Amino acid sequence: MSVFKSLVKKETIHILRDRRTMLITILMPVVLLLLFGFAISTEVNDVRVVAVVDRHTDMSRDLLQRFEVNDYFTFLGLADPADVDRILRSGMTDAAVFIRTHGERLVTQIVVDASNTTTARAMTGYIDGVINHSKPDDLVLTQTLYNPRMKSAYNFVPGILGMIFILICAIMTSVSIVREKESGTMNLLLVSPVRPHTIILGKLVPYFILSCVILAIMLIMSYTVLDLPSSPSVISVVLVSLIYIILALSIGLLVSTIVSTQITALIVSAVMFMLPVIMLSGMIFPVGNMPLLLQGVSCIIPARWYVEAMRKLMIQQLDISYISTEITILLSMTVILLALAVAKFKSSTR
Amino acid sequence: MKSNVEKVISVSNLTKRFGSFTAVDHISFDVCRGEIFGFLGANGAGKTTAMRMLCGLSRPTEGNGRVAGCDILTQTEMIKRHIGYMSQKFSLYSELTVDENIRLFSTIYSMTDVQIMEASSRLYAELGMESMRRTRVSDIPVGWRQKLAFATATIHRPDIVFLDEPTGGVDPVTRRKFWEHIYKASSEGMTIFVTTHYLDEAEYCDRVSIMVDGCISALDSPAALKRKYHADTIDEVFRIVASEAKRDE
Amino acid sequence: MTPAIEISGVTKRYGSLTALDNVSLSVSRGEMFGLIGPDGAGKSSLYRILATLLSPDSGYARIDGLDSVADYRRLRSIIGYMPEKFSLYPDLTVSENLEFFASLFGVSVDDNFDLIESVFSQLRQFPDRKAGALSGGMKQKLALSCALIHRPRILLLDEPTTGVDAVSRSEFWDILSTLRDKGITIVVSTSYMDEATRCQRIAMIDNGRILDVDTPRRLISRLDENLFNASSSDMFSLLNHLRSMPEVIDCYTFGATLHVVGREDFNPDKAMDFLSHSGLPDVRIYPAKGDIEDLFIKLTRYEEQC
Repeated sequence: MSVFKSLVKKETIHILRDRRTMLITILMPVVLLLLFGFAISTEVNDVRVVAVVDRHTDMSRDLLQRFEVNDYFTFLGLADPADVDRILRSGMTDAAVFIRTHGERLVTQIVVDASNTTTARAMTGYIDGVINHSKPDDLVLTQTLYNPRMKSAYNFVPGILGMIFILICAIMTSVSIVREKESGTMNLLLVSPVRPHTIILGKLVPYFILSCVILAIMLIMSYTVLDLPSSPSVISVVLVSLIYIILALSIGLLVSTIVSTQITALIVSAVMFMLPVIMLSGMIFPVGNMPLLLQGVSCIIPARWYVEAMRKLMIQQLDISYISTEITILLSMTVILLALAVAKFKSSTR
Repeated sequence: MKSNVEKVISVSNLTKRFGSFTAVDHISFDVCRGEIFGFLGANGAGKTTAMRMLCGLSRPTEGNGRVAGCDILTQTEMIKRHIGYMSQKFSLYSELTVDENIRLFSTIYSMTDVQIMEASSRLYAELGMESMRRTRVSDIPVGWRQKLAFATATIHRPDIVFLDEPTGGVDPVTRRKFWEHIYKASSEGMTIFVTTHYLDEAEYCDRVSIMVDGCISALDSPAALKRKYHADTIDEVFRIVASEAKRDE
Repeated sequence: MTPAIEISGVTKRYGSLTALDNVSLSVSRGEMFGLIGPDGAGKSSLYRILATLLSPDSGYARIDGLDSVADYRRLRSIIGYMPEKFSLYPDLTVSENLEFFASLFGVSVDDNFDLIESVFSQLRQFPDRKAGALSGGMKQKLALSCALIHRPRILLLDEPTTGVDAVSRSEFWDILSTLRDKGITIVVSTSYMDEATRCQRIAMIDNGRILDVDTPRRLISRLDENLFNASSSDMFSLLNHLRSMPEVIDCYTFGATLHVVGREDFNPDKAMDFLSHSGLPDVRIYPAKGDIEDLFIKLTRYEEQC
């Protein structure tokens, strides 16, 4: 036991003395959370709109008025249909609304500058909301519908967690093991009577603890700063996260047995694990919107299942029974990867 | 000392302090063109710091001097064009081929394509390495690698070449072959400034200096030093001089 | 009594490269045994086999009667290994490094402090300095302390003095002598031939084969060569001139002089005349006594010609 303790102590010193890395690993998730939560919100303000009206009626006037009084819009006025294309191109407006009166009904067409698809989608949604709402006091309703601040903030929590655990467990662990291979200290550890699995456990435990600390910070922040409604699902959140942390540690170990320099460890972990987490886990781009092939690929990415499970637990406030598929997949991935990593490590040491 | 008295290195009172620690303490010396100058000293005596100042990589706290005709305080960029540098720790990119290394170093010294062509064909002829052009440096034997490292460090025909422990951990045969290259370069007028822990190599130098605790404690030809200290070898001289060291680390 | 180390017919290949080719050696208990050979001769592979980090393709290595493959776990507390690069944790302090390595072997620093006391004495002044901030000589002493802290019976040192200055090197060898006096068997490799003569026996190794094993004195006495010193005030020309003479087998720098290996028909007086007439100043040629370095050069003369 004391050998194990001193291995953990030594590894902890490595982590703590490397101030810069330490700072990044603790600060990065917090900053990301706040950034996604408050600065980068998917909500769009001050959409500039022009209108093209063929015949002024009560209905069309009413609609235009709704745009004028809505805080989300800056109504620029009426435009000539021939000019719309030019105005949009010049960037003077974000959208144009064509309003035609057919008897008793208004027919509308929305033209949006979609050079940024995300804002275009949001703008269309807003405009749609204004048009399809007949009551003039729809302002209140718009706000409830698009109360995106808090919601988009904790929407990102699962994704950030999924990424940060890969960073700490997979990247930092593999780099730290490979560093010992490069410097030759691994040989000294191996020629001592300490068993290889103790060496490995001594390497993994500090990173596991570090991950737990970060998980705690993130959860506390989500439930306080981001006002995530607390519920009994917290326990499930922790449970799923622990499985995922162990999974990420196995990835780190596996990478470290395959590569031989710190820089390749970094690149392999980053390209093979970090990028897919960001691109394919559904953290930013919904999995359902991806081409079928990529959806298939996303199935083998652990973060996809983790993010999905966390969304269900944290945002939809669902019970753990709803995520049995995700848990089963994550658990089997963990078992397979861990077994593979340990076997690989053993064969590489003797 | 060689009859030619043109001084390519001339420094006086060169000093470098790091906080309260004086790594190099008022050293003054001259090195003549074509000379092989051995720069000896115990680990931590200040050799590396002194050498960095001479190469224009580190600014002296005090003192001044000229290296290859350039002022070490104001013309550091000029110095770098007129010197070559080789160390045991790094000298070649092992994942590049022989040819790629030569090209790279020639380009670093801003040689023109024509000059590179000339230099590399001269170099291959001299080293007899034509057949290894496309071989990766990691795959060629140590002896060849050393020759190549020296050749690339001097590809731009510098006035002075600084060799920082060029033969560390190298077997006696390979070391000797390397020194023959040094001899040859020196006979062609190149000045060699070399550090080593193999004191038999110090015997091959025209003059040697021994640094102790940041100061130069002895400086003369090997024969004169041996006479002065009543010793048979430079190894003995070194032990006598270095035993005066007080600095523990 | 079984020998401390017994290596028999050990072969190790990496792909097409044969690192060790049917190597057999025996090292007695309490012996200081030197391994000498050029880079890539196979020394490091041999060390890795002895340190139980590598299994031989064929043959066996027994240390203290234990097989390096089958009994590797028991062996690991018997051997102390210092690899070619000083392997310490640069971000850990002097005492943290020492305590860590002690704990790996389940001992405390105090238990075996008497053994490392002489090595560690200088380091004691700065227990809280990071290992990465130590000078070469000090790092090497700390590495040796760490390799000794579990009181190994056999010490494996792979080029421990590379990059270390002459004074620190001889201190280091003094320490090794006291360790040997305490009964520790030491296997040490070096590229400094003057150090090799401090070993009781030396093995010359090249291209994965043992060329010769014996005491330094007997090895030198076997150096049956017509050896001369040569000097001139223009040594480089002298070297080239001597090499071009047909009765000279080999000529190489040797400290302040050149060593000339002559054929039977080599006549120093005649050579001196010839060289003086060729315009070389102050030529002197006189008989020389060979040492390990000459032997090494002789043994590897026909290997790599570059």
